[in-house]
Amino acid sequence: MAALAGTSNAPLLSTRGLSRSFGGLKAVDGVDFDLPAGEIRAVIGPNGAGKTTFVSLVSGRIAPTAGRIVFDGTDVTRLPAHRRVGLGIAYTFQITSIYAALSVADNVALAAQRSAGGAALKRAVDEALTRVGLRDRASELAGNLAYGHQRLLEVAMGLALKPRLLILDEPTQGLSDAEIDGFVQLVREIAKGATVMLIEHNMAVVMALADRITVMDQGRVIAEGAPDAIRADPAVQAAYLGAPQEAASHG
Amino acid sequence: MSERARIAALHLAVIALLFAAQFVLPAYHHGIVSRVMVLAVFAIGYNLVFGYAGMLSLGHAMFFAAGMYGAGLPVYHGGWGIGPAFLFGIACGAVLAAGIGLLALRTSGVAFMIVTMMFGQVAYLLALWFGDWTRGEEGLTIAQDLRVVGPLDLTDPTTRYFVALALFSAALLASLALVRSRFGRTLVAIRENEERTRMLGYDTFRTKLAALTVSGALCAAAGAAYALLFGYMGAGFANVPYSILPLLWVLVGGAATVIGPFVGTLAMFYLTDLSNDLLNRNFPDWDISALGIVGLALVLLILFFPKGVMGTVRARWLPWLP
Repeated sequence: MAALAGTSNAPLLSTRGLSRSFGGLKAVDGVDFDLPAGEIRAVIGPNGAGKTTFVSLVSGRIAPTAGRIVFDGTDVTRLPAHRRVGLGIAYTFQITSIYAALSVADNVALAAQRSAGGAALKRAVDEALTRVGLRDRASELAGNLAYGHQRLLEVAMGLALKPRLLILDEPTQGLSDAEIDGFVQLVREIAKGATVMLIEHNMAVVMALADRITVMDQGRVIAEGAPDAIRADPAVQAAYLGAPQEAASHG
Repeated sequence: MSERARIAALHLAVIALLFAAQFVLPAYHHGIVSRVMVLAVFAIGYNLVFGYAGMLSLGHAMFFAAGMYGAGLPVYHGGWGIGPAFLFGIACGAVLAAGIGLLALRTSGVAFMIVTMMFGQVAYLLALWFGDWTRGEEGLTIAQDLRVVGPLDLTDPTTRYFVALALFSAALLASLALVRSRFGRTLVAIRENEERTRMLGYDTFRTKLAALTVSGALCAAAGAAYALLFGYMGAGFANVPYSILPLLWVLVGGAATVIGPFVGTLAMFYLTDLSNDLLNRNFPDWDISALGIVGLALVLLILFFPKGVMGTVRARWLPWLP
């Protein structure tokens, strides 16, 4: 295995043989995955390909049935989710998951207060909200925000964790075109300080942002490479366009 | 006035009001308020788990009873002093809550309600099983001469009132500090969205376990004080009604408000009392339980004021109320 602690070109995140079954369904099936630090990696694939399950395994929301996960040289396979957050793996939810009854600032403060207190906490909250452009709305109730702003708040909470790896699960789902443009800019900004893993259906966003793309289908990685190579890959085209769906419905 | 000062002033005013009330209350109400202050500590402990952390326990009578027996039995059978017995009672409640928490917190929602209720029943049945020591439902009376600490005679109504007030004040201020701390904000976060809170890096299991342990200690402090101040302990205090009552008190007063538990306990005590009076006066031969009127009042309250008294006050007028 390439992932040795301390070597400079070791990937920030790597998985080997990572698998998760739900009953008879292999949602994630023997995934070997390497993500170098500093990259923006998009994970794409048809619905049910196992993308969300895969990032849930990485973030620790669910436990794998087999395989291992190494983050920055540390085997985190058995670490509970909250410890992985402490190591720098932040996950933003596919379905907006904010504290609707709390203010925008309190939402972000909950993310930031593990590492900062007092004046530093206030600064950290301000900074995260400024980066996503929600600073003016700090005192509003999160549940009263427009949907697009809730997505941004979700990202601000991820940022306030000061992550080394930020996992964004379909962040642009439900956003308007104008909001998506702003979002692409934001992710570019974030990527200057953190490695980003992005699950995304919107191909324009993927092509604009990703350094490399990993394509999943039926729980497996079927292709990986630069955006142009992926676009031309026949296996990818088959998975998205040509494959007979009735054959694909059972893993 | 800053928000911080306003909050401190409000809660200190409640304590000052209760202090002043001692000098003007007629003997009957004086006794009721002493009892209410002790039971309000029970409600404050329950509120921490139910109101702030959002865990509906139906077995909190066991923590009250742990404090009651943990303090009362050593005094009755072992001739312990009041001070050590009180502390031992609190320790019993905290240890029991931590142990129950390790098991019960593997569940949540309805399963948590059922598991805590079952443990509560086990505690009640144990109190009956060890009837040689506890005298079961009939209970034990702690003799007057055992309830003296130094110059303080706990059977004297005035002393009793001030001891109850001291305990209540300590619990109220502790709960205020707790819910405004990082720990308190994390509890609310768990109540609002536990999965999200876990993914923000919090060990939610440990946080909930800590909340339950503190809650158990507070409820046990109330139970211990009840035994030592009023000189009686019985298995009835370990039974289901005493798991439901703190829930009602907290709901009436306002869940997740610091003053709510006291307001709810006071209101329910007088509601029961007045209902009894009313029924006895107007329907002397009907033998109706006052609980019917209490139940009706509760239904109306939940329908029209689901946030309870202080919750409604917060929603309508005082958004800064902790």
